[in-house]
Amino acid sequence: MSTAAVNVNRSLFKGLNLRQKTLLILGLTSFLLLAIVVSSLFIDNESLPTDFGSKNLSPSLEHPFGTDWMGRDMLTRTLKGLGLSIVIGALASLISAVLTVILGLLSSAGKAADSFVAWLVDLTLSIPHLLLIILISIGLGGGAQGVIIGVASTHWTSLTRIVRAEIKQLKTQDYIHISRNLGKSKWWIATKHILPHLIPQILLGTILMFPHAILHEASVTFLGFGLSPHEPAIGIILSESMRYLSAGYWWLAFFPGLSLLIVVLTFDLIGENLGKLMDPKNAHE
Amino acid sequence: MSLKGENISFGYKKNNLILNNVSISLDRGDVLGLIGDSGSGKSTLCKILAGYENNYQGKVSIDGKEVPKKGYNPVQLVFQHPEKSVNPKWKMKDILNEGSNISQDILDSFGIKKNWFNRWPNELSGGELQRFSLARALGPETRYLIADEITTMLDAITQAQIWNMVLDIVKERNIGVLVVSHEKNLIEKICHKVVYFKDINNVKHY
Repeated sequence: MSTAAVNVNRSLFKGLNLRQKTLLILGLTSFLLLAIVVSSLFIDNESLPTDFGSKNLSPSLEHPFGTDWMGRDMLTRTLKGLGLSIVIGALASLISAVLTVILGLLSSAGKAADSFVAWLVDLTLSIPHLLLIILISIGLGGGAQGVIIGVASTHWTSLTRIVRAEIKQLKTQDYIHISRNLGKSKWWIATKHILPHLIPQILLGTILMFPHAILHEASVTFLGFGLSPHEPAIGIILSESMRYLSAGYWWLAFFPGLSLLIVVLTFDLIGENLGKLMDPKNAHE
Repeated sequence: MSLKGENISFGYKKNNLILNNVSISLDRGDVLGLIGDSGSGKSTLCKILAGYENNYQGKVSIDGKEVPKKGYNPVQLVFQHPEKSVNPKWKMKDILNEGSNISQDILDSFGIKKNWFNRWPNELSGGELQRFSLARALGPETRYLIADEITTMLDAITQAQIWNMVLDIVKERNIGVLVVSHEKNLIEKICHKVVYFKDINNVKHY
C-alpha cells in the first residue's frame, strides 16, 4: 500500500481501533452488496423500456452508464445483472459449503471413506474447471438452474481439501487424546473440540467462494453456455457489448465490467476482514 | 493394587523395535522414577501405559484386569508441553473441568486462581497451564498418574513448587505416580524407587 493510501486510511478511521475498523468495513461492504440485490429485485422489464430515440448514448447525468443499442439504461441493466449474479453466487457457495461439510465429516469417519473423498476431489480437479461447469450446465439443459448446479457442484474441492487436512491435523493433537482418556466419546470430541476449529475455515471459505462462483457464472454466460440471452446477466451484457466495442461504444463493456470487479473485490474485502475477526490469535484482543 | 505393563514390545516399523519386552509395575501410593536417554522410548512406554497407543504387543493391566477402552481412564498421562495439551479455542474453566469437576481443594493446593478461569490458554504462562493440566488429570477417578517430563521446561523454583503440590495430593489420595525425567537429582529427591530405562528395555541400539 502506498503512503498516500495509508494516510487516507488513517485519517478516515481516526479514533477507531482495529476491531471497530474491521466491523465498519464489514458493515459498509455488506450494505453495498445487500443494496445491489434488493434494488435489483425492484427492477422488472417495465423499468427497462426500449427507446430507440435515445439509443447508444454515451454516459451522462441522466444515464450515468450510458444506454445500449435499444435505448435501455445501462445502469439499470447492470444493477439487475449484478443482483442475479450475487444470488447465483450465494446459492452456489452455500451448496458447496454443505457439500464440503458432509465430505469433510465423511473423510474423518475411516480410511476407506477418506480415500474415497480424496479420490473424488482428485477426479473433480482433473477436469478443467470451466469445461466441467459448461458440461454440467449443458447436461442439465442450461438456464439458471443448469448454471447454479454446475457452479455449485464444482467449487467444493479446495475447501474440502482444507477441511480434510485440518481434521487430520487436529486428530493428532495432544488435547484430543487427553479428551478421549478423560472418557469423552467420538461424537463429543468431534463437536466440542474439532468443530470450533473448522467453523471459521468453512465460513471464510464460503465467502471467498462467492467471487469465484460469480466470475465463473459470468464467464460461462459470456461464452454462451449459461443463462439464456433474455436474462439481464452480467455475462450476457458483456458478450453483447463485445459486438459494439469496435464501433466506439466503450461504456457498454466498461461500466458493467467495472461493477463486476467491484462486487468481486467487495466479497474479498469481507472475507479478509471476517478472517481478522475470527483468527483465534487476535479474536480476543 | 498396581498398574502393570508386562512384556511390552513396540516399534513404528517392523524389525526396528523401540521397546522390546519391557515390564514395569507401579503400585498405588508409590512414586516411581524412570530415568533414560532422549529418544530411548520412555514417552512411548508412557503412552502405551495410558492407553494412547494400540498397536503394541504385551499386556497392560490394573489389578490383573485390562484397562477399560471407553470411559474415564484411571491412568492419566500429563505431557511435557502444556500448551499443546489444551485446546486453544477453549476457556480455562472448560479445559479444567473437561473430565470431571475438579474440587476446590485441588485448585487451592495448585494455587489456581479464580480470575484465570475466563482467560484463553495463550494468556497464561507455561507454568500456569501445567498446573491446569495436572489439576485436570487429577480427577476423582484417577488412580495412577504418569508424569512425562512435566517440569522439564520450567525454572527450578516453579519445578519445586509443582512437585510439592503433586506429591501432597498423591499422598493424600493414594495415587501411584510414574515420574519420567532425565534429571537424576530431581528423581532422587522425590521418588521412593528408581528404575533405569536401559535396564528394563532389551533393545540393543548402541
